[in-house]
Amino acid sequence: MFYREAGQFKTSYKADQAIFTITQDKFFVGLVLIVAFCVVPIFINDYWANAILIQFLVYALAALGLNILTGYCGQVSLGTGGFMAVGAYASYKLVTSFPEMNFVLAILLSGGITAAVGVVFGLPSLRIKGFYLAVATLAAQFFLVWLFNKVGWFFNYSPTGMIVSPPREMFGFLVTGPEAHPGARYLFCLTFVAVFALAAKNLVRGRVGRSWMAIRDMDIAAELIGIRPLEAKLTAFAVSSFYIGVAGALYFNVWLGTAEPTEAFDINQSFFVLFIVIIGGLGSILGSFLGAAFMVLIPILMKNIMVDGFGFAVGAAKHAEVMLLGTLIILFLIVEPHGLARLWEILKEKLRKWPFPY
Amino acid sequence: MLFLLETVISGLMAGVMYALVALGFVLIFKASGIFNFAQGVFALFAGLALYDFIATDGWFYELFGFALPVWLGIIATMGVMIIVAWLVEFLVLRHLVNQEPIILFMSTIGLAYFLEGLGDILFGSDVKPLDIGLPQGASDYLLDNFNLYVEKLEVVAAVVAAVLVVVLAIFFQKTRIGRALRAVADDHQAALSVGISLRTIWVIVWSVSGFVALVAGVMWGSKSGIQFSLSLIALKALPVLILGGFTSVPGAIIGGLIIGVGEKVAEVFAGPYVGGAIENWFAYVLALGFLLIRPQGLFGEKIIERV
Repeated sequence: MFYREAGQFKTSYKADQAIFTITQDKFFVGLVLIVAFCVVPIFINDYWANAILIQFLVYALAALGLNILTGYCGQVSLGTGGFMAVGAYASYKLVTSFPEMNFVLAILLSGGITAAVGVVFGLPSLRIKGFYLAVATLAAQFFLVWLFNKVGWFFNYSPTGMIVSPPREMFGFLVTGPEAHPGARYLFCLTFVAVFALAAKNLVRGRVGRSWMAIRDMDIAAELIGIRPLEAKLTAFAVSSFYIGVAGALYFNVWLGTAEPTEAFDINQSFFVLFIVIIGGLGSILGSFLGAAFMVLIPILMKNIMVDGFGFAVGAAKHAEVMLLGTLIILFLIVEPHGLARLWEILKEKLRKWPFPY
Repeated sequence: MLFLLETVISGLMAGVMYALVALGFVLIFKASGIFNFAQGVFALFAGLALYDFIATDGWFYELFGFALPVWLGIIATMGVMIIVAWLVEFLVLRHLVNQEPIILFMSTIGLAYFLEGLGDILFGSDVKPLDIGLPQGASDYLLDNFNLYVEKLEVVAAVVAAVLVVVLAIFFQKTRIGRALRAVADDHQAALSVGISLRTIWVIVWSVSGFVALVAGVMWGSKSGIQFSLSLIALKALPVLILGGFTSVPGAIIGGLIIGVGEKVAEVFAGPYVGGAIENWFAYVLALGFLLIRPQGLFGEKIIERV
């Protein structure tokens, strides 16, 4: 009843192909954007920014990247943590080597460097498939983390092996470092995520995205109708790594501020982002956001309930949290293997018919 | 020369340990097409449970006032692993029939988290020295006569692994259940149509891999104590798997040996030039190199694709 497209006529091909064809959708997305850009920064404080919002944005961006590779092109990757590390360390080297460089440019460049690394590690995908490839991408994960741990040049030979993000400004506002206002950091991340989400949406609707999906659905058939697997797979690896690299740069610079490779970028990061993609929905842009919200909020919620609500000891609560997270993931996969995005579709379908059953 | 020999032997022994974990993966993958990431946590869980049965500071001792002898403890742990296998089938796999492989894979990661948390809550997360009377220390005979340093425990592990493979081979080739398992591995639907119960088979195969996990847990536990890092040996077993092929039991053993030797030799001879600790990723790169030549692994079934 509230979500009905009756009476909304499309008179041109352009209108028919728009991202949001229904007025209610446009209104809703516009509302979300306005709230996210104008209302949230007014009320934001350090806790919300650090514990929830910036984390959510960074992981949503990383999940977008992985979704392009795994959800749209069908190449399972477990190297996300390693690629995030590339983005983080590339941005660190760029920012410290060229202090004059515009910060946005530095982050985009580190995304580009990650894309190049991603293409190199994507090369085996031309030869190996499925789980063999998934395990092969673990090579990237372990090798890259080892590299950043061992080669002093990457962390400027700092004695602790940690990298610390130097304070940088955008339009006169600090966006990194401990002095930065949470609102500025939040807006900085949000802008990146919004622009990149739009780009991703358009990319997957276009020629490149369709060739990815053809490769995903059946690579031999795609090859027969004239899609080059080399081109499709490597562009997917490049674009995906670019996104993940930017996410890694934001993760390190804006969210953490300091990082140490074996902890910040270990294999659990890879699994975490993969969980976001699967729970959100493979092959869905919206799913990446829903999945990120789910995976970021659930642990916080569980911790709050267990520690504050029932007075668990923090250590026991941590174990119980891991256990519950595992249970939730399994439960979720059983109930809706197509993810939160699919639930959203079902909800929209129901809203359209409401209050009638069909 | 002697040093090289020692390195190779210790590599072979480490390889046997990896192969023990990889075996469990292969069994489950063959029978149900599930890539069971939780295998390493299975080993940890089995080790923890065994420790609890036979030690004097566990739950079991607290409840009943006595600890089980080792052999009884092993049987009891096997019982626990069978219950776990049954629960996995009943609560998870049954509901995920016909899903994409990646969904099944993710569900086993969820399972790994669950068992990890459960193990920590039930048994605590401190390191537990597991002593079930396996010989420790270097072999005197080899040290005196050939000047070779070889751990006794690793020799035992190698023997156990060899026995395990023979037993599994006989189980698969000669017994009724083994034949049914191979039928399921070949073709689920054909197996169903001749009256093999998939569910029973799955419970059996998960129990068998639970048994393999128990052996791996005992070996690793005797070597370095039962601790959380035991679950990470799954990551060590993955390159072994892709090297040997997901579907081949001999592949898991040979892959394990190649990875073990390659890793040790590389660490000792190439490691110092690049800063060391290359063990973590060298196995993956080695396996990746093999894969580029044989995409299905050394012994994996040829992948035939039809449009």
